Amino acid sequence: MGEGQKMSTSHLLKRADFIFKSDNDWEDVLKKNLNRTANELINELISSELKGRGGAGFPTGLKWKISSEIKADEKFVICNADEGEPGTFKDREILSRVPFKVLTAIAVCAYVIGAKKGFIYLRGEYFFLKDNLQSAIDEFERYCRKIGFDFSISIFMGSGAYICGEETALFESMEGKRGEPRNKPPFPSSSGYMNKPTVINNVETLAHTYTIFKYGSKRFYDLGVQFSRGTKLFSVSGDTPKPGIYELELGMSLVDFVEEFGDDDTKAVQVGGASGFLVPRKRFPETTIGFQGRLVGISLPTGGSMMLFNSSRSMYNVLDNYLNFFAEESCGQCTPCRVGCQQLLKGIKAVKRGEKNAAYLDKLLKLAETMTYTAKCGLGQSVANSFSSIVENFREEMIY
Amino acid sequence: MEPISDLIRRLAERHGRERSSLLPILQGVVEQEKYLSEYSMTQIARELDLPAAEVYGTATFYSFLEYKKMGKYIIRLCKTITCSMKGENQILLAIQEMLKIKVGETTPDGNFSLLQTNCLGFCHKAPAMLINNEVYTELTPEKVRDILTSYINSNGGGTKNVNVSST
Repeated sequence: MGEGQKMSTSHLLKRADFIFKSDNDWEDVLKKNLNRTANELINELISSELKGRGGAGFPTGLKWKISSEIKADEKFVICNADEGEPGTFKDREILSRVPFKVLTAIAVCAYVIGAKKGFIYLRGEYFFLKDNLQSAIDEFERYCRKIGFDFSISIFMGSGAYICGEETALFESMEGKRGEPRNKPPFPSSSGYMNKPTVINNVETLAHTYTIFKYGSKRFYDLGVQFSRGTKLFSVSGDTPKPGIYELELGMSLVDFVEEFGDDDTKAVQVGGASGFLVPRKRFPETTIGFQGRLVGISLPTGGSMMLFNSSRSMYNVLDNYLNFFAEESCGQCTPCRVGCQQLLKGIKAVKRGEKNAAYLDKLLKLAETMTYTAKCGLGQSVANSFSSIVENFREEMIY
Repeated sequence: MEPISDLIRRLAERHGRERSSLLPILQGVVEQEKYLSEYSMTQIARELDLPAAEVYGTATFYSFLEYKKMGKYIIRLCKTITCSMKGENQILLAIQEMLKIKVGETTPDGNFSLLQTNCLGFCHKAPAMLINNEVYTELTPEKVRDILTSYINSNGGGTKNVNVSST
């Protein structure tokens, strides 16, 4: 453990309070920023080093910049509120508590890239948010008209499909089709919804841009660590005495996280939901939460899902649950994912029942790795994250 | 209740007859009917001038667009990891015992259908379930029996009561 701690360059757990600070100054923030040039706003975002908070971590400023530079008769801004990753529940909280931050951010983005239309793709499970969100949109649009800013926002409801959180599957869904991911490239920045340049950002990412446009990029940049600037909302669940949503600076060590949120018996933490990584206790010291690019140790990105497991939990049951989830939610379009998820699930069951010997697990690990290289989208590509990290670290639990 | 063909025409007029209106129209039918019958799907196809197979293929992709007859109240119990760790199975048994139906079934009076679903996003308040669009969290067998009782007692129009927690 000592060695691990030496290697770690993370900071202690630092709480922050930006996201849920009142949004009642949104009219000022909107007006102020619509008076700046698109370039100024893009540069503000780029210098904040904000990266996408949905999990993938693409630099937000760059995303806006690419779309802004493309000429097209029509462009779109979409807020991805298809929050479906197991263990994530922060976006709902943002949309119910500070909706005007998100709406303002969508409008500023539209101004930057030259879009007249924005959408919020809200997952079907959150239907109960719709009425309040629509009232907020009505008020917001009234103000836009008042200040002469030609822009409208519509809510598009999902209907229970995890895969639609994948941006190109989301476009397909909005276009009235099965939510099957497209090949990339082209990327949404140049060809997204209706094959028009589209900026699609996670709810939380948009809420952070509000912070940046309100206080300036420095305030944001000064938080977090190198490569992982700013704060992040964490959805904490599982075996913890205090489940809930917490805003923390990026770059904390998993040791400190578990110290704060664990129940003194934490065996492993699932970072990033079912599509993320399971970190066993022995790896806590060398693991920090943030984006890749650190010089030492392991850095794990996350859409904010942090699920804690204590020693009473069977990691076999956890993996079985994840694989059922993936097998059901795979869109079925590409073979590696459709068949791979089912075979992994069948495989671990066969090993558990003793129908296959332990060495079969190695074959399954190879299959998972193959999926990483061959699956069409992030769903199939990331099944190996949890699969391999669980099987490799808790092999005996898979067998006995 | 509005006849289905009228409903579909009204939805098509409201959302437009583009392909991109398909999901909102399907959702509108499900909101009233709780499911999409073959008749509904062919009607929608006709209304939007799409092949019926396209409508069927799209509709059946989405887990909240049912295509089997459903009860008035659709119970969707979350079975993903945290809910499963926090006693989802006990809740499932309590519901099954009380309504005398298994997962995928509907009560003979047509009031309740029981389904399992993936992560509802209430992991910090597990176990969680939806009854139509209402969320119920931190369930216990007693609590879920109370909730179902209130639905059974109200048995008339749409119930909107007991322990709805949104955060």
